[in-house]
Amino acid sequence: MSGSAPYLRLQGVSKSFGSFTALQDIALDVYEGEFVCFLGPSGCGKTTLLRIIAGLEIQSAGRITQAGVDISRLPPSQRDFGIVFQSYALFPNLNVNKNVAYGLENAGSARADTARRVEELLALVGLPDQGAKYPAQLSGGQQQRVALARALAMSPGLLLLDEPLSALDAQVRGHLRHEIKSLQRRLGVTTIMVTHDQEEALTMADRIVVMDHGIVEQVGTPLEIYREPVSPFVANFIGTMNQLPCQVNGTGGVKLGPLSVACQDHSVQSGASAILAIRPEDVVPHGAGARSPGAPDIIETPGNAFDARIEDMEFLGSFFRAELSGDVLGSHHLLADFSINAVRRMALETGKELTVELPAERVRIFAGTLV
Amino acid sequence: MTDAALNPAANTGPRARFNLEAWVMRGGIAIAGLFLLVSVILPLYAMLSKSFEDKDGNFVGLTNYATYFDTPSLAYSISNSLTVSIVATVIVISLAFAYAYAITRTCMRFKGFFRLVALVPILAPSLLPGISFIYMFGKKGFMRELLMGEPIYGFIGIVLGSSFWTFPHALLIMNTALSLSDARLYEAAEALRASKLRTFFTVTLPGAKYGVISAVFVVFTLVITDFGVPKVIGGQYSVLATDIYKQVIGQQNFQMGAVVSVMLLIPAVLAFSVDRLVQRRQVALLSARAVPYQPKPSRGRDLGALIFCTVIAGMLLLVLGVAAYASFVKFWPYNLSLGFTHYNFEIMDGGGWGAWYNSIKLAALTALIGTGLIFTVAYLVEKGQGARFGRVVIQAMAMVPLAVPGMVLGLAYIFFFNNPANPLSGIYATMAILVLSTVAHFYTVAHLTAVTALKQIDGEFESVSSSLKVPFWTTFSRVTVPVCQPAIFSMAVYLFMNAMTTVSAVVFLYSPDTNLASVAVMNMDDAGDIAPAAAMAMMIVYTNLTAVVIYGLLSRFVEKRTQAWRTR
Repeated sequence: MSGSAPYLRLQGVSKSFGSFTALQDIALDVYEGEFVCFLGPSGCGKTTLLRIIAGLEIQSAGRITQAGVDISRLPPSQRDFGIVFQSYALFPNLNVNKNVAYGLENAGSARADTARRVEELLALVGLPDQGAKYPAQLSGGQQQRVALARALAMSPGLLLLDEPLSALDAQVRGHLRHEIKSLQRRLGVTTIMVTHDQEEALTMADRIVVMDHGIVEQVGTPLEIYREPVSPFVANFIGTMNQLPCQVNGTGGVKLGPLSVACQDHSVQSGASAILAIRPEDVVPHGAGARSPGAPDIIETPGNAFDARIEDMEFLGSFFRAELSGDVLGSHHLLADFSINAVRRMALETGKELTVELPAERVRIFAGTLV
Repeated sequence: MTDAALNPAANTGPRARFNLEAWVMRGGIAIAGLFLLVSVILPLYAMLSKSFEDKDGNFVGLTNYATYFDTPSLAYSISNSLTVSIVATVIVISLAFAYAYAITRTCMRFKGFFRLVALVPILAPSLLPGISFIYMFGKKGFMRELLMGEPIYGFIGIVLGSSFWTFPHALLIMNTALSLSDARLYEAAEALRASKLRTFFTVTLPGAKYGVISAVFVVFTLVITDFGVPKVIGGQYSVLATDIYKQVIGQQNFQMGAVVSVMLLIPAVLAFSVDRLVQRRQVALLSARAVPYQPKPSRGRDLGALIFCTVIAGMLLLVLGVAAYASFVKFWPYNLSLGFTHYNFEIMDGGGWGAWYNSIKLAALTALIGTGLIFTVAYLVEKGQGARFGRVVIQAMAMVPLAVPGMVLGLAYIFFFNNPANPLSGIYATMAILVLSTVAHFYTVAHLTAVTALKQIDGEFESVSSSLKVPFWTTFSRVTVPVCQPAIFSMAVYLFMNAMTTVSAVVFLYSPDTNLASVAVMNMDDAGDIAPAAAMAMMIVYTNLTAVVIYGLLSRFVEKRTQAWRTR
């Protein structure tokens, strides 16, 4: 994929509103047929970036090329995209057929061709025989599909989705998520979706662009983003990740309180304070009571391990989430997910002491200090 | 546009192909700005500068103002105007509050009827109550004993007449203010065992506060700028609005007319500004989670409300009824047999039936052109892209007419359009200038109606259209206009009714060929032909009533046809 030229290329795109910088020096390549998600909290600039790609906002600086053509200064009507808004923006006084045909009719295609195309599109989004209804007579999910059909009507090279699922309830959302993804794959249309929902991004995207405060924090596949977040922000925004203060020592490992911890490669310089991060599900419980007071320290404990005490335990259906304290942790707590199996086997419960391991290949180190 | 200008590094790509849409948009905004400039701002400027000139057009600074304040008969009008306005405002606000309270907060019967009757004065020109009061309280009036020897002409007449025709304006605001209330506050008050009276002063009044304040300023402005009532029944009690007329028409002293106009403009602008400030605050008053208040039956209160509303509604109907009756009576009070003699306008001064036809023509043209124009401009302001500065300026200019009294606007039009140097002077003394002035006079309320409707529709229609390569004007006609149809109809009927009843601006601008019904009422009354004046005033009422009925039928018809997509 990366061998070919990118379909959409953003270079140095910035946008400011007065003294407020909404986007700062954004560079991004999107390849043909890719499904890319812009993910970030509200106000991070993701929607502004989408609107700039559509030409609905004009960037303060920067260059955008689509299919090899510089479109930086083109008005939306001279660009090649279809768009679905959060509100769907369906025309309430036109029925479904007329909504989908809106652009086709204006382009002057023959009546019969238009009708056939509309029928085809409605079948594609799973709404055959609904063409005579008005938007107000459809459910939210159905309206969403009509909006999608309308956006695809002109066979655009680029499909833009602005939080398309956020107005729907959870069940419909899960269903449509899957459908949009498979439709996109079938049509092979390059797609950019804006969302603030990490689950949506993880399940739908080929690549995720994580944004915060107008800059791109990380670009990568869902797995990369989850496994190897490059910053505390990404780590926290996607999934849950423990963050503990630590000191980098000479060997490239870190000191967590008195404990030496081996970790993945990082670029924080020796002697500096840093943040140690690990996901709760990566914390491994070991032999409960292995180091209980009085007992001789005879069991060989693995590296990166320390004694902890279960302060609280929460049952979350398929697993337990435990809140651990320990000398190594100081005043901080460590969240750890234990399988139901492990809990039963080791008889884990609140107040219980155990040894936990932070596997080196799962420990990530970020520059900076905890706030 | 401004971004690119600020940052030379921006938008390095090739220029867009000729962008017709953007140019049409810019052109539309430019034309809209030009229209408001010519129809509102420049005439006002011409009037202001006139007040600083002598008869030969030389700048004389504040000399005219000094003369004004040195002439007791003129300066006295300021306190007269303020006095009647304040007294009428207090009366109208108290009555309208009680009336609105009865409609919104009691279980009184016949609410729909009372609601409707209270709006009756809107159908009539403000000249009508004056005429009715002459029949009721004048020298031969059948109720003159009630005044205990005081003449109706003057202070009493102006206050009564103003109270009549401003009542519905106050009531509409109060109704809204009182119906927006949170039942939970009353439940809380009850749970805390607050007395009824205490609840009224701690919950009801504060909740309606902004509505009351807004109504106070609206009524005050309406009364102080009104010309119709004092013209008919003001007698020797001079007020600012009639002074402008006397200076300009009676004495041909245009400079002094301009000075009085400025005097009248000041309180109107002040009231307008305060009202805007207050309204801005009201927005956040009621949370979306509020539970609407449902009154519970209470026999004593409900009966009291019914009696009160019957009395008020009866008085409103009486005033209208007297005018209607008097227009049919052959020779009040000596020959009470009925007939149509007074409707034989041809034998009267004032323009005859032609004046009525002209009025209908003016009202229809104002409704048609005004609605189309005001809605389109509101669309450009609200949904337009680019030219942000232009749109902000237009939005500001569109608010100005609300603060400008009709007399002031009319006089300003004389100064601006009756100037040979003005290329538009050709429209002077034609129907065109009457339409233009009337559209300008009532611009703001219609504009706000359009903006409110436009704000309610999805902001992304234009974006979707451009992604589908459909130009904005297609979406405007295929989607925006149909969706906003209810608002467009109500704008049209508002403009029609006001064009039928207005006297103030057009009284300076009509010509023998473009006599108007409302002006004819005034002129016939001036000539002592009070019965024909009443007849013509009633013709205006009947015409407006017809317009309202047509509006109602048309709305219902359209509602039926569009209910498939309007249902929520």
